[in-house]
Amino acid sequence: MAKYVIVGASAAGIGAVEAIREVDPVGTLTVITDEACSHYSRPMISDFVSGKADLKKVDCRHEDFWKENNVEALLGKKVTAIKFEEKAVQLESGEKIPYEKLLIATGGKPFVPKMEGSDKEGVFTFTTLKDAQVIAAKIASINAKSAVVIGGGLIGISVTEALVKRGLKVTMIELQDKILSLLLDPKGSDIVEAVVRKAGVNIITGQSVQKIIGKPDNENTVGGVILTKGDQVPCDLVVVAIGVIPRTELVTGTAVKTNRGIVVDNMMQTNVPDVYASGDVAEAYDFVLNQNRLLPLWPLAVLEGQVAGCNMAGKKSTYSGGTNMSSLKYFGIPVVSVGLANPKDDPTLEVLTKIDPEHNVYKKLVLKNNVILGMTLVNSIERAGILFYLMKNSMNVKKFKEQLLADDFSWASFPVTLQRKMSVVQ
Amino acid sequence: MVKRIIAKQENCMGCGLCEVFCTVQHSKSKDIIKAYNSERPKPISRVRVERNKPVSFAIQCRHCEDAPCVNACLSGAMRKDPKTGQVTHDPQKCMGCWTCVMVCPYGAIIMDREGHVVAKCDLCQGFDSPACVANCPNEALVFKEAKA
Repeated sequence: MAKYVIVGASAAGIGAVEAIREVDPVGTLTVITDEACSHYSRPMISDFVSGKADLKKVDCRHEDFWKENNVEALLGKKVTAIKFEEKAVQLESGEKIPYEKLLIATGGKPFVPKMEGSDKEGVFTFTTLKDAQVIAAKIASINAKSAVVIGGGLIGISVTEALVKRGLKVTMIELQDKILSLLLDPKGSDIVEAVVRKAGVNIITGQSVQKIIGKPDNENTVGGVILTKGDQVPCDLVVVAIGVIPRTELVTGTAVKTNRGIVVDNMMQTNVPDVYASGDVAEAYDFVLNQNRLLPLWPLAVLEGQVAGCNMAGKKSTYSGGTNMSSLKYFGIPVVSVGLANPKDDPTLEVLTKIDPEHNVYKKLVLKNNVILGMTLVNSIERAGILFYLMKNSMNVKKFKEQLLADDFSWASFPVTLQRKMSVVQ
Repeated sequence: MVKRIIAKQENCMGCGLCEVFCTVQHSKSKDIIKAYNSERPKPISRVRVERNKPVSFAIQCRHCEDAPCVNACLSGAMRKDPKTGQVTHDPQKCMGCWTCVMVCPYGAIIMDREGHVVAKCDLCQGFDSPACVANCPNEALVFKEAKA
């Protein structure tokens, strides 16, 4: 019997553990994960592949994290069912662990489209440390020279950079017309694309892979891909990096309400009493779109986990929401994208842009009624947080709108009352 | 309550000496000439004078109560010290993902693009007074307990 049971030990699970322990230092707490490694930084697995980070560095807490938080951590254990009527989770071994409060933080699993040949040796996904370890080992063992990365989004660009750093010739294949299409408008995408190409990456857009083919001497090993238009790209590895879908298997066919992910309220509670969900598996609040939806992003999963943990331990907490928000470090061109990046033509929206092609700088804000609903910053991101603050708090920016995209935009641009309120000045 | 550095806007002349002393304080050599001319990696000032004429004041990490940078940090480099309440940053753990930069409401996290890490105010640990405060020629920075 554990007072608290958390299924999943990544961002949301970590956030929940820390929040529970702030409120309740003693209540029994069990964390179960099917991964052998836990509390590592998922966004850092590309640094592991590139060789920039070792196992110690990818640990985003520290060795004794579970012990220090008085957690019974069941690593490498799979939960096969949740018995909501009995208030217990069941492990593969048949063992049942009863709970008083349960958090489902099972995360997402990589989406792999149907492709002929996807069962060949040398096809990988890229969401876990295990994936990264297997890819790194494979590169070394076959002395891989080239790779095809399927997907030109966040995961795709991260793994592409890592493979380039390992000396591989990479071809990135993106179904949309532009890479990073969920984060950037065509102009922003073009700037980043040029930088990625300059690093030697072959980018093919508007196509996907229809078939993975074998090597001439070994049909079972990856030798290349055939694209939808028929072109053939030879390679030693294929990494499928399209995105993740929620791991909702444990609640399928149960009383827990799901849409694309698990449906939760602003306290991260599901419709079943004492059952919470957070992270990539849950549909949490988006403050820009004003609706709940899937937003599989690390920082949001941590926050959602914190909210769930607080509430599980009896301290009321509500989630203020996140939105589609990412910062990118890849290929030496920093990018921040928050909220609406590429809105459809809408006369009620106002768009401010600034472009400096010589320095690869592009900035764009999307506003509605003088409130920022979207920001895109390419290669000039140091003031992003201030803009994010204005966005998150739905502040009216009318008085300083002209300064928002200036290079020296800062707290000095704000009224003194706000500066005082935030203890910036006396 | 956590001691924080607060600017007296009316005293600030915008001279930028706080940036110079911060840079030297965070250099290896602690020598102004070497710090600016030859030291690698280049030492970086963690305080920045913000100017919007005629207004100017210096700003640095506010060590927020509920720090967005700590919650958002992907690598565990940014942490809240439970004893002192200060926000600390470990450059060895930092992966340079810029996520903290995206969410810092003060724009107080400095990007070290050469070193692929961020830098921010550490309140000059081990000294009575942070270098920017101690060396401000017009007492435009005060180090005192304050809310953030």
